[in-house]
Amino acid sequence: MTLFGYRVPMMASLLVWCVLWEIVGRLDLVFLLPPLSEVLSAAVGLVQTPSWQSATVTTLRAFFTGMVLSIVIGVPLGILMGRVKIADDLLGMWVNIFSSAPLSALVPVLMILFGFGERTIVAAVFLFAIWIIVLDTRAGVRHISPSLIEMARSYGASRRALYLKIILWAALPEILAGIRLGLIRGVKGVVIGQLLVAIVGYGALFETFSRNFRMAEFWALTIILFAFALLIAELIERAEAKVEYYAGAR
Amino acid sequence: MRAAVLRKEPSSMPAPIDPIVEVRGISKSYGSTEALRGIDLDFPRGKLSSLLGPSGCGKTTLLKIIAGLIKANAGSIAVDGKVVTAPGPERAFVFQDFALMPWATALRNVAFGLELRGKARAEREEIARHYIAEVGLAGFEDKYPHQLSGGMRQRVGLARALSVDADVLLLDEPFSAVDEQNRRKFQEDLIRLRSNQNKTFIFVTHSIEEAVYISDRIVLLSPRPGRVSQIIEPEIDRSGDPDLIHRDKHYLDTVQEIWQGLKQYAE
Repeated sequence: MTLFGYRVPMMASLLVWCVLWEIVGRLDLVFLLPPLSEVLSAAVGLVQTPSWQSATVTTLRAFFTGMVLSIVIGVPLGILMGRVKIADDLLGMWVNIFSSAPLSALVPVLMILFGFGERTIVAAVFLFAIWIIVLDTRAGVRHISPSLIEMARSYGASRRALYLKIILWAALPEILAGIRLGLIRGVKGVVIGQLLVAIVGYGALFETFSRNFRMAEFWALTIILFAFALLIAELIERAEAKVEYYAGAR
Repeated sequence: MRAAVLRKEPSSMPAPIDPIVEVRGISKSYGSTEALRGIDLDFPRGKLSSLLGPSGCGKTTLLKIIAGLIKANAGSIAVDGKVVTAPGPERAFVFQDFALMPWATALRNVAFGLELRGKARAEREEIARHYIAEVGLAGFEDKYPHQLSGGMRQRVGLARALSVDADVLLLDEPFSAVDEQNRRKFQEDLIRLRSNQNKTFIFVTHSIEEAVYISDRIVLLSPRPGRVSQIIEPEIDRSGDPDLIHRDKHYLDTVQEIWQGLKQYAE
């Protein structure tokens, strides 16, 4: 982007919004919105507290457990649906319903099933993340050129080799895109799960801060979460860029 | 076994001395569409035979049935006297759209057939390097398919088929996705490769000139349903300058003869 002939760096728009936040905060218009500088200093204080650290450990553990589960189950399920018509007919409808359903409404059901603890949070992450991974993997497998499969068969590939050496690789760009979107949905899942359970990890912190009107810390925690979600999405995007060189050439 | 099959050979067909691939009574339908009807054919060992015909004559289907990639509704395929129903190491396929793995280098693509057979890496890469040089791609071993032109990609596909050391090479319109100049060069190279590789080639094409230029034997198929309409054995001396073939009287006569036969199918 250029402005009055000068090149404006990508992050400039973010800076504008930060300044705007600071001004609105200082005007003391809304009690809910303290100035950004106050939020940032609260963030520095927050990360040093043992309650934040232990909440972060709990949250990350639940998040990564849920993500690993949804990748380990979602990718093979997507490949199955991409390859086997019966599986696709049986599961397709449900995957599509769940991927667009308001899943937050189901979290209370998870609480009944898994109790008021970490297992519910893991289940929530799984429930939020898996469907897009399944759908994207399925789409990737569907787009594999039939001649690539014929090539593997004509050169004597075993079923195992066909899946591990051809199908998985050929669908990799779509699988990674699905995982990236799944990670973002998983962050949503972990937050919503914890908020509803309200006694675990960040949910407990959010509950405490908002109940006691500690808005600076509340926003600080929100910013940390956003930053985390963006960071992991960025990491996966880097990996995607690496495989893109062949995705375009298929 | 083979003798028994040979006795069923219809007398109208010119009987080749030593068939390596025997096609017997192959029929194939897709739903209500009949693609092939009662195909009986022999492919002589060490020769280049072309399957030539207009689109819709089932020539690619027949090639894929011979490869074991498509199941026929009736009939059998025998290679070296043994009936085959699935792909096997004695046949190697070259695909119209190259079918290269875009995530793998030319070297790994060429070595892939051997990789699937469990050959050790150093050994298979040595063989692959040899055939990459053989098809004129030396120096491009570490390039990825998208870094190569269409003609070069098909050379990788051909090197892959050569490196598994199959007796029969099945080529499905290998030059149709290659531009004209590269196609001419590639055809010349194929003639040269043929003379120093002791292999049988079965070649599918829709180009009359291409078929006459490179084939020892041309099988003309007629469309809807595909049947063998004529077998032509052009006697063209290919030992000299390949450019002279295009001006050879016999070459031109054969092209004309085939065109007269195929004209009726042109839309």
